[in-house]
Amino acid sequence: MPLPDAIPGDGAIQLRELSLTGGHDKSGAPESADLVFRVGEITALLGPTGSGKSRLLSDIESLADGDTPSRRRLFLDGRAPTDDERFELQGRLVAQITQNMNFVLDMGVLDFLTAHAESRGVAEPEAAARRVLMAANELAGESFAAHVQLTQLSGGQSRALMIADTALLSTSPVLLIDEIENAGVDKGQALALLLKSEKIVVMATHDPVLALSAHRRLVFENGAVRHVVARTGEEAAALKRLAGMEAEFSRIRAALRVGGKVE
Amino acid sequence: MRLVTVAGPPSCGKTSVIVHACRHLLATGTPCAVIKFDCLKSRDASAYEAANIPVSVALSGGLCPDHFYATNLEEAFAWAQGEGAACCVIETAGLCNRCSPHIRGLLALCVIDNLMGIDAPEKIGPMLRLADVVCVTKGDLVSQAEREVYRHRIRQMNGRAVIRHVNGLTGQGCQDLSRMLALAPEVESLAERKLRFAMPAAVCSYCLSEMRIGERYQKGNVKKAVFVRGLAESPADFGDADAAS
Repeated sequence: MPLPDAIPGDGAIQLRELSLTGGHDKSGAPESADLVFRVGEITALLGPTGSGKSRLLSDIESLADGDTPSRRRLFLDGRAPTDDERFELQGRLVAQITQNMNFVLDMGVLDFLTAHAESRGVAEPEAAARRVLMAANELAGESFAAHVQLTQLSGGQSRALMIADTALLSTSPVLLIDEIENAGVDKGQALALLLKSEKIVVMATHDPVLALSAHRRLVFENGAVRHVVARTGEEAAALKRLAGMEAEFSRIRAALRVGGKVE
Repeated sequence: MRLVTVAGPPSCGKTSVIVHACRHLLATGTPCAVIKFDCLKSRDASAYEAANIPVSVALSGGLCPDHFYATNLEEAFAWAQGEGAACCVIETAGLCNRCSPHIRGLLALCVIDNLMGIDAPEKIGPMLRLADVVCVTKGDLVSQAEREVYRHRIRQMNGRAVIRHVNGLTGQGCQDLSRMLALAPEVESLAERKLRFAMPAAVCSYCLSEMRIGERYQKGNVKKAVFVRGLAESPADFGDADAAS
């Protein structure tokens, strides 16, 4: 089944690239390089907890202007956003998908998606909502109906819905993904759907398949980017091998789930 | 002195948001003072005092808190002037969700949180509908899609207010709010000013501490609903005609 396209609506923010000037690590030593993130490109963030991955994500989210602990500055298409642009972008630049998010609103799934499509000025909100629902059910292990309350969805179903909604209905040009491998959805399919939406993707992960799916990797240490590693040809081959192992893994898991035997 | 009225449902983060905004005001050399109207008990004074913000708490006790608020506005204003405030913030209890404490021509702020349920913007009515600024708290606890849908609902209820997402815990967004407070209209006296929305009519036997149930104890301005399947005859939304600011 082909992946669905993003649904056009009002208020899309045009952005080709986002850059961060180098900041400082926790000891005050300068970060070596400036970083540029482009549309359609995936960057993986790697490093132990506390090494600075979240700091970089929140520097992007808060449009850092030398006013955060890292002292990084953010530029959009090569220039610092003006005060008016900052205000305009508040809460809209970045869409975020995290591993432990659940819905809290007291609405049915379809009503919620329709309202979201409506708020975006989409031409046929209910039809758009049904497309999102269909995409979400492709990702979720156990599919769910249109009338189910958001709060009754399982963790995996909630994330599947959030991912589908972000891919198809979000106007934010930047997507921050936090450990999607723990979200309880088909991670490969989720990533493919999200990438279809032409966004700048920054992904914190501990998963080797996801890390190698990225075009490059930022490796963190002591609050700063220590290494920038572009994916090599050998790594692309390694990714294929790992993906094959993953497919085998998934096949066996699927068989076990329905009471099958492993041959 | 500039004056701002702040309304919002209980526990939505009014006090936290005001403390953060006033802290920014103080840091930029604008002395402020807060008056908190509440019903029975309020621990909020300590939150303001901890931030060195002068605060006075007025408890309505056995009276309707909104009527109590309206009858004490001038005195509250005078107290804040006496404290040397350049910006006076009046925080109200916002209990029955029927009232709006907002005053015509003066800055009106409504605080509402993202966890209240999708119909909350409609349910809390005039305090939101007649506000100039709506601050939405607890957005960090919901998904981006939920924030957008909720914001859309707020916009449907109030087409002209500035809507801001703020974080009452970290204060994120409150600096921006403090700039709006610093530009609030100035006023020399509240006498002859008008509220944006009429208070609920009262004065029945229960207003005078009647506790017994039964028609024979009900005197004065008593209104009976007609109960039918579905919506019981709804009381008229009186005061609305007088709502324009």
